[in-house]
Amino acid sequence: MKILKIFIILFLSIGFSHLKSDEKNDVLKSKILKNIRCLICQGQSVYDSESEFASSIKLIVDRKIEEGLKEEQIYKFLREKYGDWVIYNPQLNKNTYVLWLLPLLLFLFGGAIIYKKTISKNNKI
Amino acid sequence: MLANQIGYYSLILGLLLSVFLCGVSIKDLNSNNKQINQNVLSLSFLQLVFVIVSFLSLILSFINSDFSNETVFNNSHTTKPLFYKISGTWGNHEGSLLLWLLVLTLFIFLFLIKSKEQPKKYRILTLLFQQIIIIGFFLFVLMTSNPFNYLFPIPNEGLGLNPILQDPALAIHPPILYLGYVGTSIIFSSSLAAVTQNYISKEWSQHIKKWVLLSWIFLTIGIMLGSIWAYYELGWGGFWFWDPVENVSLMPWLTLTALLHCILVLERRATLTSWVVILSITTFTLSMCGTFLVRSGILNSVHTFANDPARGIFILIFLFILIALSLGIFFFFHKENNKDSNNFFWLSRETSILINNWFMMYFLSVVLIGTVYPIFLDVISSEKISVGPPFYQKLIAPFLIPFLLFMSVGPRLKWIKSKIENKKSLIITFIISVMLTFFIVKNLTTDLLFYTILISAAFFLFFTTLKELFIKKFNNISQTVAHFGFSLLILSILFNNILSSEIITNIKIGEKYSYDKSEIFFKKIEERKESNFNSIIAYFEIKDEKGKIIELNPEIRIYDQPVIITSEADIKTTLLEDKFLVMNLVKGNEYFNIRYQVKPFMIWIWISILLLSLGGSMSLFKKRYEK
Amino acid sequence: MKNKSSLFIIITVLSFCFVIFYKGLNNSNTYAPKIKDKKNIPIFEAKDFNSSAYLNSEKIFEEDTFYIVNIWASWCVPCRTEHPLLMELSKNQSVKLIGLNYRDNSNNAKKFINEFGNPYSQLIVDNEGTLSVEFGAYGVPETFIIDKNKKIIRKFIGPINKEIVEEIKLIIK
Repeated sequence: MKILKIFIILFLSIGFSHLKSDEKNDVLKSKILKNIRCLICQGQSVYDSESEFASSIKLIVDRKIEEGLKEEQIYKFLREKYGDWVIYNPQLNKNTYVLWLLPLLLFLFGGAIIYKKTISKNNKI
Repeated sequence: MLANQIGYYSLILGLLLSVFLCGVSIKDLNSNNKQINQNVLSLSFLQLVFVIVSFLSLILSFINSDFSNETVFNNSHTTKPLFYKISGTWGNHEGSLLLWLLVLTLFIFLFLIKSKEQPKKYRILTLLFQQIIIIGFFLFVLMTSNPFNYLFPIPNEGLGLNPILQDPALAIHPPILYLGYVGTSIIFSSSLAAVTQNYISKEWSQHIKKWVLLSWIFLTIGIMLGSIWAYYELGWGGFWFWDPVENVSLMPWLTLTALLHCILVLERRATLTSWVVILSITTFTLSMCGTFLVRSGILNSVHTFANDPARGIFILIFLFILIALSLGIFFFFHKENNKDSNNFFWLSRETSILINNWFMMYFLSVVLIGTVYPIFLDVISSEKISVGPPFYQKLIAPFLIPFLLFMSVGPRLKWIKSKIENKKSLIITFIISVMLTFFIVKNLTTDLLFYTILISAAFFLFFTTLKELFIKKFNNISQTVAHFGFSLLILSILFNNILSSEIITNIKIGEKYSYDKSEIFFKKIEERKESNFNSIIAYFEIKDEKGKIIELNPEIRIYDQPVIITSEADIKTTLLEDKFLVMNLVKGNEYFNIRYQVKPFMIWIWISILLLSLGGSMSLFKKRYEK
Repeated sequence: MKNKSSLFIIITVLSFCFVIFYKGLNNSNTYAPKIKDKKNIPIFEAKDFNSSAYLNSEKIFEEDTFYIVNIWASWCVPCRTEHPLLMELSKNQSVKLIGLNYRDNSNNAKKFINEFGNPYSQLIVDNEGTLSVEFGAYGVPETFIIDKNKKIIRKFIGPINKEIVEEIKLIIK
């Protein structure tokens, strides 16, 4: 029994030893999976989902990482298959300029209003 | 069955009473009495009673599993435990609308009782504006979302409730959230009433501050409960997903916080009046808007209610009528103040509050635009994009840095005009914060610069507020506690983010998995049968590097009505960290897939939000002692 | 006056929002990725259903004809409703049907074919669902039309019905 246990542990350690050096890959994989939308779930990421689709995507992401693909390339691959909707981080393209820039514009606008209110001729009260 | 009839007719009576009440109030408005007609108060109370009766009838139908009621049929099951039968009442669309009505009618009644020293016309107008909202909701319920629809023939069994909604935190999350969320209706109504009476003044703000605080405290705790539920039930150890429904509760919170700060200014100076009214209108509008987004099916989310465009159209039109009405009143009645008093010296507390509002509005715009932009894009160009956590994090995190710094310095400024007191101690605190941060972060992560700055800013706020607490400056203790809580929140979230670790692996019963001097041992499983589910309980022993062993027992539950399989995480919480273990079946294998996470400082996130609310509560009760 | 112009701006913005939300309500919430450009079929190697030998995608799609790729599984209920229509299509000379068995148990799949018939000239296996991802599918059933240039020209999510069959017949003429 003890020998069996040792064998199991050895087997597991060998099997999982490559994970230690691939810790960075794990972190990367989690990061990518959290950024992919599970298309058959309502508002969950692939990371959070246990659905069929999610497990297929997880396998594919695994393989792509092993093939040496970078994060952006993996997103590009998925976008080609499924459209922009599948990635949670909206790209900066002609569709999303307003999305990214409008809050910043509003911030500057607010700043201008405050500037007007506080830096006035009557700077002393 | 009788409960059904009573509940339904109570609603109709409530609606009729609304109309009658409006008539009585308008008459009283024009009367010469100094005080409100007692009838108005009694009728308002009666309206509340009708809604309570209706609500209790629905609860009773749920308890009795009365499946002649369509709502009960859709959302309950005989085997559900009693506690969840009751909480199932408000866990669905129709029932939650009754909760809306309950809070709307309750708050206006409490308002009338608690505002006896306020001008009569102001009180009546507040009542009238609130009645508009109440009538709208009565109509909405009766026309599109009746909780008392009759089913015939009566089914034997219900369709059950989603098991992940059978959780204590989720049971009380809606009532508390609604007290905050719907409570902003009072602020809306009273602001409009005050505008028509040209009553936006110091006296008004001192009076309305209590209501703002009350809503704010409940909203804060309500959001926290939702996050706690998400942490324990949904996802894998996350507590905020920037999901549309979450965003929709955050938006009124942001404007309400901004409003709270503005009221502080208005209490002392007759200024920022237009902005206060706009914020009041916006806060409730955002609540209504949230209701629209969540219940109409226009957004895709983990926790949207039923998808029914007809309901969506009703709320949309109702929402825009309210907006039009409020803006119309604002533009027509509001008188701009003396221009001079509207300018502040640049280094003063007024300015720092303006800056607070500036940042709050920015955060609001990020959340609002992120949530609704996909809708706009889809309608205009038929393109579908997703806006998820990366967007919000990228736009919000950098701005937190100046925000935290302003939060540290602002409260130290005097009103009207100020020098910064004790510049030396501030600078020393700042340097200590930066050095401490650098020392900590150096060993922890690669994203050095950004985290260093952000954490330093948070530490700066932390130490400045901590110091105020220690040197016993009690004149502003509620604010200090709240700001301290906020700094703690940011620090907890950041350190939790940096220091969390996770292992995902497949493991068989009896196997051990080793990593990083720690070991996970899958001991055994047990099967157990509960009233409405079967469960597989796994026994894990986790040995950490010091050799200490803890036991974690994640569960897989197989519910029977409807058939859903859920994973229940087991979480061991200590002050220092949470250990989180969740397990899933791997299809067709004897393997189980486990996720083991170590999440430092998790509990401090909840504690810090409680501190925030504590600060608010202290402010709420403060004036009473000072009287 | 400043008030009037800001009022006008606000009214315009709000009306715009109202119209957008109103239209948004009527839009469907389910996502159907559109085929904008005709994409090439992916290059892959898949296991043959019967022989367990690995087939190259070039070999599968080698003939100069229209192809229909149908993703199905024995555990998928709508697949049963569309199956007779697939049988009907298989009789058409100008198209060949390729079946992609998605995440299925081979015994159950074989029983399905024996019971309901085999419309496929070629059956391949996708145990992990990764091949479907290459096609841009995310569930079952899904059906793709591939033209003679080996490009995906049409995609149907969910079971096909009589109208879709008519549309397909027009395409493959």
